[in-house]
Amino acid sequence: MLQNLEEIEHIELLNKMKEISVAGYHIMQICATKIGEDYEVLYTFGKADDMRNVKITISPGVHIPSVTDIFEAAYLYENEIHDLFGIEIDGINHDYKGGLYRTSEEKPFA
Amino acid sequence: MAGKRSVIPFGPQHPVLPEPIHIDLVVEDEKVIEAVPSIGFVHRGLESLVTKKDFNDMVYVAERICGICSYGHGYGYVDAIEHIMNIQLPDRCDHIRTILFELSRMHSHILWMGLMADAFGFESLFMETWKIREKVLDMLEAATGGRVIFSILKIGGLRHDVSDEMLKGFLPVLESIEESIRNCENTFLNDTAVMSRLKGIGYLSAEEAARLGCTGPFLRASGVAFDNRLRGYAAYGKIDFDVITSGEGDSYGRCKVRIGEIYQSVSIIRQCIETMPEGEVSVPVKGFPNGEYMTVIEQPRGEACYYVHASGKKFIERMRVRTPTFANVPGLVKTLAGCDLADVPILVVAVDPCISCTER
Repeated sequence: MLQNLEEIEHIELLNKMKEISVAGYHIMQICATKIGEDYEVLYTFGKADDMRNVKITISPGVHIPSVTDIFEAAYLYENEIHDLFGIEIDGINHDYKGGLYRTSEEKPFA
Repeated sequence: MAGKRSVIPFGPQHPVLPEPIHIDLVVEDEKVIEAVPSIGFVHRGLESLVTKKDFNDMVYVAERICGICSYGHGYGYVDAIEHIMNIQLPDRCDHIRTILFELSRMHSHILWMGLMADAFGFESLFMETWKIREKVLDMLEAATGGRVIFSILKIGGLRHDVSDEMLKGFLPVLESIEESIRNCENTFLNDTAVMSRLKGIGYLSAEEAARLGCTGPFLRASGVAFDNRLRGYAAYGKIDFDVITSGEGDSYGRCKVRIGEIYQSVSIIRQCIETMPEGEVSVPVKGFPNGEYMTVIEQPRGEACYYVHASGKKFIERMRVRTPTFANVPGLVKTLAGCDLADVPILVVAVDPCISCTER
């Protein structure tokens, strides 16, 4: 039911991102969801009124590559899911190293 | 010769900021070299409440994400659930929802005009614009019962109807608002002192704005004609309107776009009132949502995404709100790099940041 959803393995992520970028889409958001012990990471892209979603599922401790070399604006979302969910992302172009969210409660929350 | 670099913390408490964002400004003499944002001062974990609140009650929480964009947040959440449950709404409901959406946009943009006037030190203009905003809030109060949180939305429609007589009574009020805005517009866009604070400040090209994921008036002020209302949700598909853009790409252009959108909102509301269908404003809803959906709408500050992941239970697995201010942070950081330190407050306010939404 989620619009144009593709579920892929995390090792295919960068190739998929390149394909979507070449097709002229911009990044709309990245978010994470904790499902049981695993995490789903959802990437959403838009082009005019069209939308595409790409989902990966990762186990705790698995590192995923940053997509900021392809979508520059993704750095804020990647810093956010790192801070709130503790997901490790390698190679973020503006890596705030856990400093984006300043909360009195200890992070991550999920 | 390059000067010594220093870091100046801007916010979370600053006279120009009504909400707490923190930006570390790396400055060299009076020039900002780099801006590093951090948030979290009003992070309340509202998204995670979906796992503890009945999905019907969650509408109230969604509306409380922010006091300015509350209607849009409620709308985004109920729209996502309604798509998951395949609920078809009556036309009258769509029209009234559109009117309320545009009234919300008007009050948000007029509020911003006041904050901007305050930021460049024009106190009487600040008071004048907020006086106009009261008329919009009066209409919202008459229609919904609330001035900040409206609680008229529910999954499956509206909690109560808004009578045709009341809606027709809005027409002369809208006319007087248009006239008042026209008077203020002259000062915002033609006053020499005001223009000197806005023109050429915080320039962002169309290519940069799109690449950095900017959205809403911030994007349209750089000349990109993109508005999610063109997707046709609620009654927007049946209404005639153009995307307001400006080629300036600076703080002046951002001002121009928002003022243009106030007139546009008045036009949309008039069209909705003139074509208001008869009938019910809600449909019965049974069962629990099961599935995922991403609703995308145009909030006053730009594109907002609402992702809902439900699994057929009373409680939802995940709600994610990607707010427009969050998407505009990379653009803001870009405009700050290279600006004069004295222009930082103007640049921040020109983006119309809503931190309460951003941090959720």
